Amino acid sequence: MSKLLQTKGLGIQFGGLKAVDEFNFEIDKGDLYGLIGPNGAGKTTVFNLLTGVYKPTSGRIIYKGGSLVNKSPTAITQMGIARTFQNIRLFKNMTVLDNVKVGLHHSHPYNLATAIFRFLPSFSKSEAAMDEEARSLLRVFDLEEFADDKAVNLPYGQQRKLEIARALATAPQLLLLDEPAAGMNPAETEELMATIKMVREKFSVAILLIEHDMRLVMGICEKIAVLNFGTVLAFGTPEEIKNNPDVIAAYLGEEE
Amino acid sequence: MVKKILKSKTLGGFGLCIAVFIILNVLMMTKVLNSYWRGVAIVCCINIILAVSLNLATGYLGQLTLGHAGFMSVGAYTSAILSIHLGLKTSQSPVIFILCLLAGAIMATLIGLLIGIPILRLRGDYLCIATLAFNEIIRVVFVNLEITNGSKGLIGIPYMTNFLYVYIFMAITIYVVYALVNSRHGRAIISIREDEIASELAGIPVTYYKILAFVVSAFFAGLAGGLYAHYMTIIMPSTFDYNKSVEILVMVVLGGMGSLPGSIIAALLLTLIPELLIQFSQYRMLIYAIVLIAAMILKGSGAGERILSKLPFRKTKRIEVSGNE
Amino acid sequence: MEFINQIINGLSTGSMYALVAIGYTMVYGIAKMINFAHGEIIMVGSYIAYVCLAFYGLPIPAAIIISMALTACLGIVTEKVAYKPLRGKGSLDILITAIGVSYLLQNIFLLLFSSSGRTFPNIIPAGNVNVGGLSATYITVITLVVTFICTGLLLLFINKTKIGKAMRAVSEDRQAAQLMGININTTISLTFAIGSGLGAIAGIIYGCKFSLINPYIGAMLGIKAFIAAVMGGIGSVPGAMAGGLMLGVAESLTISYISSDFSDAVVFGILIFVLLVKPAGLFGKNVREKV
Repeated sequence: MSKLLQTKGLGIQFGGLKAVDEFNFEIDKGDLYGLIGPNGAGKTTVFNLLTGVYKPTSGRIIYKGGSLVNKSPTAITQMGIARTFQNIRLFKNMTVLDNVKVGLHHSHPYNLATAIFRFLPSFSKSEAAMDEEARSLLRVFDLEEFADDKAVNLPYGQQRKLEIARALATAPQLLLLDEPAAGMNPAETEELMATIKMVREKFSVAILLIEHDMRLVMGICEKIAVLNFGTVLAFGTPEEIKNNPDVIAAYLGEEE
Repeated sequence: MVKKILKSKTLGGFGLCIAVFIILNVLMMTKVLNSYWRGVAIVCCINIILAVSLNLATGYLGQLTLGHAGFMSVGAYTSAILSIHLGLKTSQSPVIFILCLLAGAIMATLIGLLIGIPILRLRGDYLCIATLAFNEIIRVVFVNLEITNGSKGLIGIPYMTNFLYVYIFMAITIYVVYALVNSRHGRAIISIREDEIASELAGIPVTYYKILAFVVSAFFAGLAGGLYAHYMTIIMPSTFDYNKSVEILVMVVLGGMGSLPGSIIAALLLTLIPELLIQFSQYRMLIYAIVLIAAMILKGSGAGERILSKLPFRKTKRIEVSGNE
Repeated sequence: MEFINQIINGLSTGSMYALVAIGYTMVYGIAKMINFAHGEIIMVGSYIAYVCLAFYGLPIPAAIIISMALTACLGIVTEKVAYKPLRGKGSLDILITAIGVSYLLQNIFLLLFSSSGRTFPNIIPAGNVNVGGLSATYITVITLVVTFICTGLLLLFINKTKIGKAMRAVSEDRQAAQLMGININTTISLTFAIGSGLGAIAGIIYGCKFSLINPYIGAMLGIKAFIAAVMGGIGSVPGAMAGGLMLGVAESLTISYISSDFSDAVVFGILIFVLLVKPAGLFGKNVREKV
């Protein structure tokens, strides 16, 4: 039985620079993995490759037995890989509720005619279903009270949560979180750890997260991949990673 | 609850629409509004169709386009040539008239599709100038075609457009754009304006929706063109140059990007102001220019927002963008 | 030979477009706005020179300097009055304001000089320069020479002087430049002044070339120059130069070998073609959005 997602020899070059090279990785249903590495190691680039934002220059991405290479970001998202962004990218001037509804777009495919004949019951039925689903997602993240506020007016921590809610609205099987704890204080990070665990259980989704906060990564990830100069330096349990001399060298710099 | 709100809003708009029509019609019948002002009312409705439809592409989708007059001219010429050849002048058949209008609108849609597919991947100012270029190319083509009678203009178009027609088509335009933007399709369109990449990664087929919004916008521009041609009875390519596109864009921006009431009011004001200034004919464009600059600066300073926020129609949640930075 | 002559003519017209395009491109680079009124500034420059020469009988150099100085001032004033209050409000609002300014200037000059054209004084004698079978009118040659001198000086100014460095810094990152102690307002004013001053030269050249000016000349000239700027990659001075020259040559060849009716369509067609192949113009950097 093949894994949920596998990459083989994945790589991308910008000009002559190999941003990611020979990236071999796999994650299965329900796993919670971390992707760490020094700044500029290519972590976000890996996310961009997995979600189709960048086209790989070498290697393969196999998702549920099929190739993802040359699939559009839209198609990949609809196939069940969702993500958040390092620098939050919400639809700022849309309401919190509408942000989530955009994520629900492809799972409620009523057509243009239904939209135009909005006075017919099929429209209100579809919209009501979307509304209910979006609200229940917001409820999970304690965001329902903000449903009608513009996303831009939410406090920072709430914006991060809304981004996760929007990603979950696309009904993913694999969720990629890009530095979810960035800019959070220890208490907020603690809360986020609980949220991430809860998301995995409740939505039975595999999660791969990029994070610099070692407490979070070591605390919740089952396995961790360490990326350095675009290649996987080490892959293993938090315990193994902590004691891996290569990793320590990459992070602290080698003594000459 | 959702159902109720949706219904009441649609019904409210419908009621308002009928009320305004009855009032205007009574004013016209009692000759309070003479035939001159009836003409102005027709032009107002045409401009509202143009502004509301451009708002879909520019305000909601967030793509700065300067080719709306081009689509308008395609609709105008197509419908006019058809109606002349079908002998509409003698038959005066409303069915044929409406079919001609639809043919014009569909032709504009096809041209929109043809232009939209390659150029909608351009961004911001580049898209703006490319659409302007297409606008001018369309104009040059009409100048050089024989069937359009070149720069001398197409004459003898049957006079068919009356207030009832424009008003109904205007209402349909407003309704369709409203229904579109307040649906899952509209949310997809608005999300593209807000953040194209995030939209793609939320599973929105961005290219499809970009083209959809652009093409629907072109359809109604073509419709407005047909109505215009059968009101003026003579059309010239120079009427539809980029200045006309600019005029429509001004209405959209002044009214507020992504605001339907804003577009309607701005289209009304910018059509009426020059009419009201008609006795100062030589100064009227000067005054228009000053009003435009002052309005934009006031709007930028937030004064307009504060005044408008007091008005009841602004209570609806309203989405505004500042354009492409 | 005929072909080469047409190319020379095209280069000459193109260099006039280039002068105007440089104004667009500089303002865009620094103020991040399309100054839609730039075409009208050129028209104003042309009229000021006309008034100096025809009404007051001033010597040619004086007329040129006065025209450049006054249009430079006009550029600064429009920026301060109309654009500055909207700075940071999004480029679309400024675009519409610029359109308003363009209408305003056009209508002021319509009131002052009426829509009928004025004959621009003959400041460059008619006659041809003949070199080995090639012949070009004086104005053609002078236009080319003037444009190349102006562009050369401008590039030197931007690349070699301290103020030029400040301008480049502002165009790169306005906030960072401000934090480095660069006065943004002065830099923007200066940019408008230079762009408008160059526009005045273009206006005078237009007058000499076509010997008839009216308040509408700025509109089409402005659009074409803007297209040249976009084609070259807006924000890049060499790009504006290249775009202008390309446009001029394309126009000249279309008029002489295809039809003058289609010259505008060909120009716009080339623009669309260039943009489809290089979406950020010939010299523009295609900045990939960071995700």
